[in-house]
Amino acid sequence: MARVKMQILVCGGSGCYGNNSEALIDNLKLELEANALENDVHVIRSGCFGLCSLGPIVKIIPGDVIYTKVTPEDAKEIVTEQIMKNRKVERLLYKDPVTKKSVATETEMTLHKKQLRIVLRNCGIIDPENIEDAIAHDAYEALAKVLTEMKPLDVIKIIKDSGLRGRGGGGFPSGLKWEIAYKNKSEEKYVVCNADEGDPGAFMDRSVLEGDPHAVLEAMVICGYSIEAHKGLIYIRAEYPLAVARLKTAIGQAREYGLLGKNIMGSGFDFDIEIRYGAGAFVCGEETALIHSMEGLRGEPTVKPPFPAESGFRGKPTNVNNVETFACISPIILKGAEWFASIGSEKSKGTKVFALAGKINNVGLIEVPMGTTLREVIYEIGGGIMHGKKFKAAQTGGPSGGCLTEKHLDIPIDFDNLIAAGSMMGSGGLIIMDEDNCMVSVAKFFLEFTVEESCGKCSPCRIGNKRLYELLEHITKGKGTLADLDRLKNMSLVIKDTSLCGLGQSSPNPVLSTLDNFREEYVAHVTAKKCPAGKCKDLMEYFIISANCVGCTACARVCPVGAITGERKEPHLINPAICIKCGSCMGKCKFDAIIIQ
Amino acid sequence: METVKLTIDNKVVEVPKGTTVNKAARQLGIEIPTLCYMELHDLNIENKPAGCRICVVEVQGRRNLAPSCVTKCEENMVVKTHTTRVLNARRMVMEFILSDHPKDCLICAKSGNCELQSMAHQLGIREIPGQEIASISTYRKDTSPSIIRDLDKCIMCRRCEMMCNTVQTVGALSAVNRGFMAAVAPAFEQNLEYSTCTYCGQCVAVCPTGALTEVDHTPDVLRTLADPTKTVIVQTAPAVRAALGELFGMEPGTLVTGKMVTALRALGFDYVFDTDFAADLTIMEEGTELLDRLNRHLKGDKTARLPILTSCCPGWVNFFEEYFPDLKDVPSTAKSPQQMFGAIAKTYFAEKIKVDRKDLVVVSIMPCLAKKYECQREEFSTDNNRDVDFSISTRELASFIKQANIDLNNLDDGEFDDPLGESTGAGVIFGNTGGVIEAAVRTAYELHTGKKLERPDFTELRGLEGVREATIDFNGIPLKIGIAHGLGNARKLLDDVRSGKSQYHAIEVMACPGGCIGGGGQPLHHGNSDIIKARAAAIYAEDKSKPIRKSHENPFIIKLYEEFLGKPNSEKAHHLLHTHYFDKKKKIVVKQ
Amino acid sequence: MILYYHSLVNQVNMKIIKSPAELTRIKTDIIKKMSEKEKLRIRVHMGTSGLASGAKEIYEFMKVELEKRNIDAAIIRTGDMGYSFAEPTIEVKLPGEAPVVFGNVDKLKADEIIEKYIKNRELVDGVLPSNFRTI
Repeated sequence: MARVKMQILVCGGSGCYGNNSEALIDNLKLELEANALENDVHVIRSGCFGLCSLGPIVKIIPGDVIYTKVTPEDAKEIVTEQIMKNRKVERLLYKDPVTKKSVATETEMTLHKKQLRIVLRNCGIIDPENIEDAIAHDAYEALAKVLTEMKPLDVIKIIKDSGLRGRGGGGFPSGLKWEIAYKNKSEEKYVVCNADEGDPGAFMDRSVLEGDPHAVLEAMVICGYSIEAHKGLIYIRAEYPLAVARLKTAIGQAREYGLLGKNIMGSGFDFDIEIRYGAGAFVCGEETALIHSMEGLRGEPTVKPPFPAESGFRGKPTNVNNVETFACISPIILKGAEWFASIGSEKSKGTKVFALAGKINNVGLIEVPMGTTLREVIYEIGGGIMHGKKFKAAQTGGPSGGCLTEKHLDIPIDFDNLIAAGSMMGSGGLIIMDEDNCMVSVAKFFLEFTVEESCGKCSPCRIGNKRLYELLEHITKGKGTLADLDRLKNMSLVIKDTSLCGLGQSSPNPVLSTLDNFREEYVAHVTAKKCPAGKCKDLMEYFIISANCVGCTACARVCPVGAITGERKEPHLINPAICIKCGSCMGKCKFDAIIIQ
Repeated sequence: METVKLTIDNKVVEVPKGTTVNKAARQLGIEIPTLCYMELHDLNIENKPAGCRICVVEVQGRRNLAPSCVTKCEENMVVKTHTTRVLNARRMVMEFILSDHPKDCLICAKSGNCELQSMAHQLGIREIPGQEIASISTYRKDTSPSIIRDLDKCIMCRRCEMMCNTVQTVGALSAVNRGFMAAVAPAFEQNLEYSTCTYCGQCVAVCPTGALTEVDHTPDVLRTLADPTKTVIVQTAPAVRAALGELFGMEPGTLVTGKMVTALRALGFDYVFDTDFAADLTIMEEGTELLDRLNRHLKGDKTARLPILTSCCPGWVNFFEEYFPDLKDVPSTAKSPQQMFGAIAKTYFAEKIKVDRKDLVVVSIMPCLAKKYECQREEFSTDNNRDVDFSISTRELASFIKQANIDLNNLDDGEFDDPLGESTGAGVIFGNTGGVIEAAVRTAYELHTGKKLERPDFTELRGLEGVREATIDFNGIPLKIGIAHGLGNARKLLDDVRSGKSQYHAIEVMACPGGCIGGGGQPLHHGNSDIIKARAAAIYAEDKSKPIRKSHENPFIIKLYEEFLGKPNSEKAHHLLHTHYFDKKKKIVVKQ
Repeated sequence: MILYYHSLVNQVNMKIIKSPAELTRIKTDIIKKMSEKEKLRIRVHMGTSGLASGAKEIYEFMKVELEKRNIDAAIIRTGDMGYSFAEPTIEVKLPGEAPVVFGNVDKLKADEIIEKYIKNRELVDGVLPSNFRTI
């Protein structure tokens, strides 16, 4: 079999597909055949390059030349110039957005890639069940440096200088948190890793624990050394069996290698880690509730202060950080605070992992420097909106966050900008919605979650959220009034203002933010009794266009409730009083005569 | 003491560091309303989950409103308690709470005495917006021998849970389920009857609404009174007379012994007797048992178990049967006064008046809800006829008197009937923590030493400290006495007994904080411990006013032994006045 | 013969690391050992997303088929790379070449990868270009 001489990779990702990459592939193949090159040069359909706004993308191997915005008409030039004469097609090369110079190869382009992996650095690279693979990828090197060269306050200073903020949702400066725990003197202190990832759709913590557990273990030891604690606890939900298994293996191996336990690496410092299981209550992500749960008590929050740094697990000073925060620690120690602080935006340093979900093509985990825009995330990394539909909103911060809309597409995403936009970072769930999503229903969906997950301790969260949900339901049933919209807002503000913990203080955010950004949609629900996105069943009406109806009776026969009447070969009618809006008739009609109004 | 200065509603106040905003405001005469918060200051009991969010205030520089019950004052803090933001929030939170509460105030046991009702009134709530689309969280009603749980009325203040777990360490009640369906219930959501509940009733005593109430036996009592074939006897516990007046508008601590007797007679009871009589009897039996064990112990008898534990509190009996069944031979075998009374009434007294025991009905008026369960215990019946037929609480009695349109205030003082109505000061002080042991010491001292007590007041045994101890010189023998009230405190002493570390000869335990005067059947204190102190003072005042203050000097007790029982701890006395205990440690029984 | 990655490196160190210098030495040893034996290396991404999409099947398939076809390779189980939209994903690194990630790998695709890419260095449809930088 003759060895292939060249390969042309054409992006077959959804974004490029939408930009006619299939026709490009066909044309390339035709051109190759026309030049009798089909055996020497192969055209390969690849996955997404993460440059969707520049698609379709073409890559030539060998040479790694990258072409952007390639149309089917460009196929001829690529084959005749690049393939046959080895001359680059200058006009199709990627242009550096700053210098405006052409960048030819993928290696050069690397610097322009939107994703930067710090937290996920080893995920998918190392064998998480093999500590030596981790060591080969720098694991425990930061710990060695800390134990030999640094004092607790030195470590805390580096973390403070790096500008690292808690990735669990609040964005509290991690170095400061460590410092407070350090300053509260006690014989007994604890380092807790919050792995109770509860935001629907977020799974970055799970991925880190499954892919690179040693990153977390190492950071916990470093944290223990800095705050003078000797015991670490990982609070993980029992619904993460694989992460639990890999953590257990990792802890076992780290003990075996003397990287956990007594006298770590001969430094005289002792630290060990235990796993505590959670039952998967969302509220247990709140640190006081988490601590109560670990103590065997009901997982519900208590008033802060006292903060865990003063009085946490068993009443002792406790530092709680989440998985993603811990995963940033070792690189900061090894590469320095300045390096970390050079990444990201002014007040939010480093990178953030997002879990892309919803109506986006490349569902999955991405990691980008803080300050990346939503547009870049959706269109350049996420592959754009599914089925080429129009972007409508993105929910950040899960059920505690709010939605960002088209006008927010170019805002750099960081802790403060998201809050200013009426949302929050949360743990990094990013749910993308398109024109088919009804925003009232979206708010209702998130409320339903918080109503379920409220611990029930304080009245505004326990009852208020239920009332909010009920009112939203009322509206989606077409029974709301304009006055209800004001009441929604007032209730939301009071619930935020009076709830005991972060859950209730943020649960009305989806309502407030959709109300702010999509008020016209709410108004349509209460005044015209219409759902513009056509999602609210109670507001839909199936209707037969008499002009299209041939009277085949297929719809009347499939209707389970006998709502459709009409003589054979005469236009039919749907009786809205009987119709249950199941949609069966619409599926049956071959003449597009049935529509939803 | 370190102090901080802050401004509340434009007024400056200086308070000790650590003071809450709510208390600091009170110093300025600003009463910030609270609902879930409750404090029994002198008893060191505090409930502060900060859950109701009614007491929120605005603190300058703070993002959200602050719960004043737990927010500590800080230097230069600026607090506003009635801005429109605060008032709007407080009203809406109250509307939320009311929207999830039944509106059957007309027939609710707590109506008129309900903290939620008063708060709704205080905040001027006249309608609940959105009520028509608001669902109400419901929970099955649970009736135990003593307590009814109607969780539809629960507002999650968690006071009951705090009492049950922190104060009593009984652990029968805790929050279950999440969000809107959250409730306070026994483990596995079983009925109270199958839980570790001791029926001490402290949960009922602190419940701000009608979610926890006593099982009302007044209709049963009314029915027997109306039955001409029945002879109905009533016995009243010492703590009742010190509290009943509160429910008729009298000052806490007003003694209404005579008026109560008149009222009971007016209600139609055939004989109005006093449980205090039986308390004196208890002292004879328990005191004798103590001396017996002590003497045997001093002679080196290893089978003599010391310390002896008092056994007149049924909540306490339930507690050690549940948690310390291995120690069930340690407490005195003497029955409680209520049951001693019933046993004597249905034998000695029944014979005297020639009425068959099945036609004789004994009703007890108790400050207690565990007494309801106690009188239903199988071992306290003969041929399916209970020694005590019904036990009703102080609150139920007040309601009963009111139903009969009797105004206690306007009654003359009546006298108890003979022979079971005569009592001594020793019987009266049973109502206070430390009282039983003080009464026992008065008698045991004289019986043991043969000397006359100069001064029957042992003030070293009195007070409201949770655990107290004193050493009484018994003719050269230092008698070491421990006292605990509240089951959590009792647990500490019991743990020492179990581990063999206990140094006491005798321990008195009362399940309720303060003793019977703070019982679960008493008028609600609504978190005012001054009321409990006033009742205690009234009890000691009654003791002081009694001509006879030692049980063994009660002439009717002497006569009872002469005519009927023989000697204390005689075989007959054992048969009628002593009991035994059971291992009631709960196994997990899932009961639907 | 298939040499599992575990057995490839696991024997380097079996004792407790007593000093930072020892950590460095072990690290150097491991890396040296790994590069000495450079050969075909396949990473199967087996996090929850991968496993849910059938990564375990692919792992088993690769193990069995490579042995059957007499191809010496190290097969490594790793966590997911975050490409949830294309799971299961595997990364193939031919000696001397940059690693290539393939998405939506089923048995058919795995077979094609062995036959075309592993044997002939010929790419197949479904290549996932690396879209990130790392540290």
